[in-house]
Amino acid sequence: MSNALPDGVERHAFGGGGGDGDDNDRLATRGEPVYGEPTDGEWRAWDPSRSKLGAMLELEMETNLAGGDTVLYLGAASGTTVSHVADFAGPTYAIEFAARPARDLLEAAASRPRLFPLLADARKPDTYAHVVESDVDVIVQDVATRGQARVALENRQFLADDGRLLLAVKARSEDVTRDPAAVFDDVREELGAEYEVLETKSLERYHADHLGIVARPL
Amino acid sequence: MTDSAAAESAWFAAVDGDDLDDLETLDSLDTVETDTRDSTAVTAIRDGTAATPEDWPALAVEAGIADDENEYYDLLHTATMAATRAAVTEREAADDRQLVHAVRAMDDCERTANELAERLAEWAGTVDPDAGTGTAFAQEIVTGEHALESGHEPIASLAERVVDLADEADDLREFVERQTPTVAPNLAALAGPVLGARLLSLAGGLESLAKKPSGTIQVLGAEDALFAHLRGHASSPKHGIIYMHDAVRGTHPDERGSAARAVAGKLAIAARVDHYSGERKPELEAELEERIETIQARTTGGDNNDDTAGNNAENGGDTDE
Repeated sequence: MSNALPDGVERHAFGGGGGDGDDNDRLATRGEPVYGEPTDGEWRAWDPSRSKLGAMLELEMETNLAGGDTVLYLGAASGTTVSHVADFAGPTYAIEFAARPARDLLEAAASRPRLFPLLADARKPDTYAHVVESDVDVIVQDVATRGQARVALENRQFLADDGRLLLAVKARSEDVTRDPAAVFDDVREELGAEYEVLETKSLERYHADHLGIVARPL
Repeated sequence: MTDSAAAESAWFAAVDGDDLDDLETLDSLDTVETDTRDSTAVTAIRDGTAATPEDWPALAVEAGIADDENEYYDLLHTATMAATRAAVTEREAADDRQLVHAVRAMDDCERTANELAERLAEWAGTVDPDAGTGTAFAQEIVTGEHALESGHEPIASLAERVVDLADEADDLREFVERQTPTVAPNLAALAGPVLGARLLSLAGGLESLAKKPSGTIQVLGAEDALFAHLRGHASSPKHGIIYMHDAVRGTHPDERGSAARAVAGKLAIAARVDHYSGERKPELEAELEERIETIQARTTGGDNNDDTAGNNAENGGDTDE
């Protein structure tokens, strides 16, 4: 494999999970299980079809994640993905807007001392800029809202100059009626104002109408 | 911005030694005690703002909040956990959220009771040719009005569950009818408490309902039809759940679109008044009533009404579709 996985992420076999052969090579991180995922000792499987970042790693995108990174995660939801991130990254700030999933996020954060859950709106960075530190290594963004490019632009201020934006764009959140390809073009163009897009890949295999984008700040 | 100026907007700016002790106690507790919910750090995290992020860990160490980054992150974890838990609890305990759960539970109980009643009727029908149908039949079995032969205890037991569920649904309906007027008085008056609660449930709460345009409220609950329309497969839905409103249902099908539009418009205003001021506005009901009368007059004879004569002529030849 050309792209190394971040330290703390490994491929593991989860034989007992009832899977049929395909189970032998699954992404995994070390930590407390969060959502009933299969475990093998202290390793727990990271399901790419439940996690857009998982899909990006599975599809071998150049995420530039090294392990131990400082991460700002926008759209943490119930903490499915962010729990894996916190397993291998350093300080991880998790922003979620809705109260119900944030309740589950708190559960996931309880056993992860470097995961900081915040109930806030990713479209209003000033409401968490007093907590989230500057110059984070990576912003992971998975928000199901209209204006996903704008969210990325507004949160640019948190990112270190050599940092990476890992963005999963959900076409249906922008406009259900438009052709996803046209939505993706618009997002890419809007991002261009402050980011250089390094790589894009369809996440179709795991997530319908989603595009994975890796970008770095201009 | 200089470091000291920047540090003023930090979440830990107003945190002193006592608060740090508070946080340490917090750390050893599993749940947030009410008196610590208002601790300075928790409030600062919840309500604070900053124009730009800074290197908070370094600034905190500099300010003596923590000895090193590690200790800072430990504090931050405790503080964010407490602040977020408090915020989540507060939002989920809000009255409109409770009402949303109640009306959903009511619908679930009703649906499940009916489903089980169907199963019961089918089962009882195999052993008793006189078996009835519906929750009413379950009631008859439970009261003994309809006696089953011995040996059919499982059927009788199932009937009990059906009756219990139907009773639970009734209790929940009473709760909703009592609660909606306190949560959203104008909405409850205009839509009726149960429809009002269903609208809150579909929108996800009073604030989100208050922020929806009336065109969206008009089709809440008709999402499948709406998306079929947006994809170009179908005509646009005239109404969603507000079909339950007498003013819509009681209007001739040709005019239901207009009625639904009028009702949705007033409901949108009612929800906004309820959310932003909470004052009762009885004139909303009068205005809606007047509007609906005008709309309904278009299809009910109306030769004595100049105002709608044109519409009648236009619609005169139409029949139900």
